Amino acid sequence: MAIDFSLNIGATKSKRVESDKLYDTLIIGGGPAGLNAALYAKRKGLQVGILTQKVGGQVLDTKIVENYLGYSKITGEELMKEFEDHVKEYDVPITDEIQVKKIECKEYKEIHTANNKIYKAKTIIIATGSLPRMLDIPGEKEFYGKGVSYCAICDGSLYQDGIVMVVGGGNAAIGSAIDLSRIAKKVMIVHRSKFRADQILMDRLSELENVEIYLGTVINEIKGQSRMTHVITFDKDSGKEKSIDVEGIFIEIGHIPRTECLQGLIELDDKGEIIIDANGETSEPGIFAAGDVANVKYKQIIIAAAEGAKAALSATEYINKGKH
Amino acid sequence: MAMIDDNSKNQIKTIFEQLKEQVNVVLIVKKEECETCSDTQTFVTEMTDLHEKLVLEVLDESDDKAKELGVTMYPAIVLLDKDNKDYGIKFYGIPAGHEINSFIMGLIEVSGAGEVLPDDVIARIEKINKPIDIKVFITLSCPHCPGAVAKAHKLAFMNKNVNAQMIEANTFNEISTKYNVSGVPKIVINEDTELLGDQPLDAFLNSIEGL
Ligand SMILES: Cc1cc2nc3c(=O)[nH]c(=O)nc-3n(C[C@H](O)[C@H](O)[C@H](O)COP(=O)(O)OP(=O)(O)OC[C@H]3O[C@@H](n4cnc5c(N)ncnc54)[C@H](O)[C@@H]3O)c2cc1C
Repeated sequence: MAIDFSLNIGATKSKRVESDKLYDTLIIGGGPAGLNAALYAKRKGLQVGILTQKVGGQVLDTKIVENYLGYSKITGEELMKEFEDHVKEYDVPITDEIQVKKIECKEYKEIHTANNKIYKAKTIIIATGSLPRMLDIPGEKEFYGKGVSYCAICDGSLYQDGIVMVVGGGNAAIGSAIDLSRIAKKVMIVHRSKFRADQILMDRLSELENVEIYLGTVINEIKGQSRMTHVITFDKDSGKEKSIDVEGIFIEIGHIPRTECLQGLIELDDKGEIIIDANGETSEPGIFAAGDVANVKYKQIIIAAAEGAKAALSATEYINKGKH
Repeated sequence: MAMIDDNSKNQIKTIFEQLKEQVNVVLIVKKEECETCSDTQTFVTEMTDLHEKLVLEVLDESDDKAKELGVTMYPAIVLLDKDNKDYGIKFYGIPAGHEINSFIMGLIEVSGAGEVLPDDVIARIEKINKPIDIKVFITLSCPHCPGAVAKAHKLAFMNKNVNAQMIEANTFNEISTKYNVSGVPKIVINEDTELLGDQPLDAFLNSIEGL
């Protein structure tokens, strides 16, 4: 039995963000964008803190990252541990397991959380990232956790020698299909149009013998009893529906920005992403945004991190100009 | 060959500096038909060797003490405090992979150095006055699972009416199938309430209060 470990507890507990203190900047979200924003803001001398549900963000759902400069191959979790440890060296207070519900702009900006706390800051950086996009088809909600999954690394090992399906055509989908091909007996990839994953992943995929590919195909319905047993697919070319037996379906069709806590405070584009200018400023003075939640087209760790740095520098300038 | 490499050992040692009181770690194994028992024993031995406040006792399933602890599957790890008080904190299966984190958090918790919760949350936990059994099904490759396990164990630690078990779904296939586990972490409270994902403590408490 192969045994490995993914230690991610820090040696010290970090300080928590205080609710009766006024911060220069508070960051909502502890993924790459939020963590790098904290590093930059703190080094500029700002009083900064992070409020987040989880430290690490979506990267924790990634098995291996091969495109973060400086690391030729690292697990998503290890990379985020490096980020977190780096930020912790600067004694940045982090409160996790907390959900921001609402932001109000008064004399200062107020952040209201689900556990009824109010945090105050002169500026806010929103780095709330995104959530997996759903297919929005019958059966998807019903069989969530009963065959329908959005986390291949979490649930993949439950399908030893099983027959599974991956939906999607980007890096995340192809990466998951490759991982799953080592566990499951057969992996089917279903995608509505053409693949858009990196060539290097496509090359690896083409070497696998237990992977079947269905392009130009959509899933119309997920069916089953106490758990899912099959899906109904629709082939766009032939116009034909087909029933395919699968034990599990992994949905990796992109992400939707998490802006529910903004409640109309800030301008969003038609995709629901926060509109920012080249420096990370939003439509609301003193509120900045970075990472997957903003309207920067490419959603990558290195891009989110860099955008976080920009937002922090912009927030610093805003404070230094005494605009608050 | 050592199961935990030196680098990890050193990191874990630093974390173990947080341990406050002694923790008695009881591992219950079965001689036959237990594929993971010997690996688990090596693992727990190496872990408990990292700090003097961690004391390991290995029992066979036939042992009276094992029966008293109410263990039903093997390997099982039960964490007792320095006075051998049983809080109902169990790990069924090897807590390796990502689960090493919940194992460490469990040890710190039972040593009395767990994180202090806000007063209102403590009050809610202390109010739980009926027997609550929490099963958290996990896989070793799941990054969200340790959070769910640690929260369940914390509830068990703080209220004697609550028992909480981590169950490694691949080792305990039968019970996982019985509970229809095909996504993790899957949290089953008193047999019929189910939660999926690393839910906040609030969601655990809402479910418990709604029973
Ligand atoms: C399976 C998968 C594989 C990927 N692989 C790669 C890869 O190999 N390379 C690469 O560069 N990128 C990869 N990505 C993309 C990359 O993970 C994202 O672009 C990146 O994580 C975005 O960072 P972020 O900080 O903007 O948001 P996130 O990582 O989503 O972090 C946002 C954080 O905000 C918190 N949050 C959200 N709302 C609230 C709220 N209301 N209150 C409090 N906290 C909140 C969340 O808990 C989360 O921790 C992958 C993504 C996935 C899902």
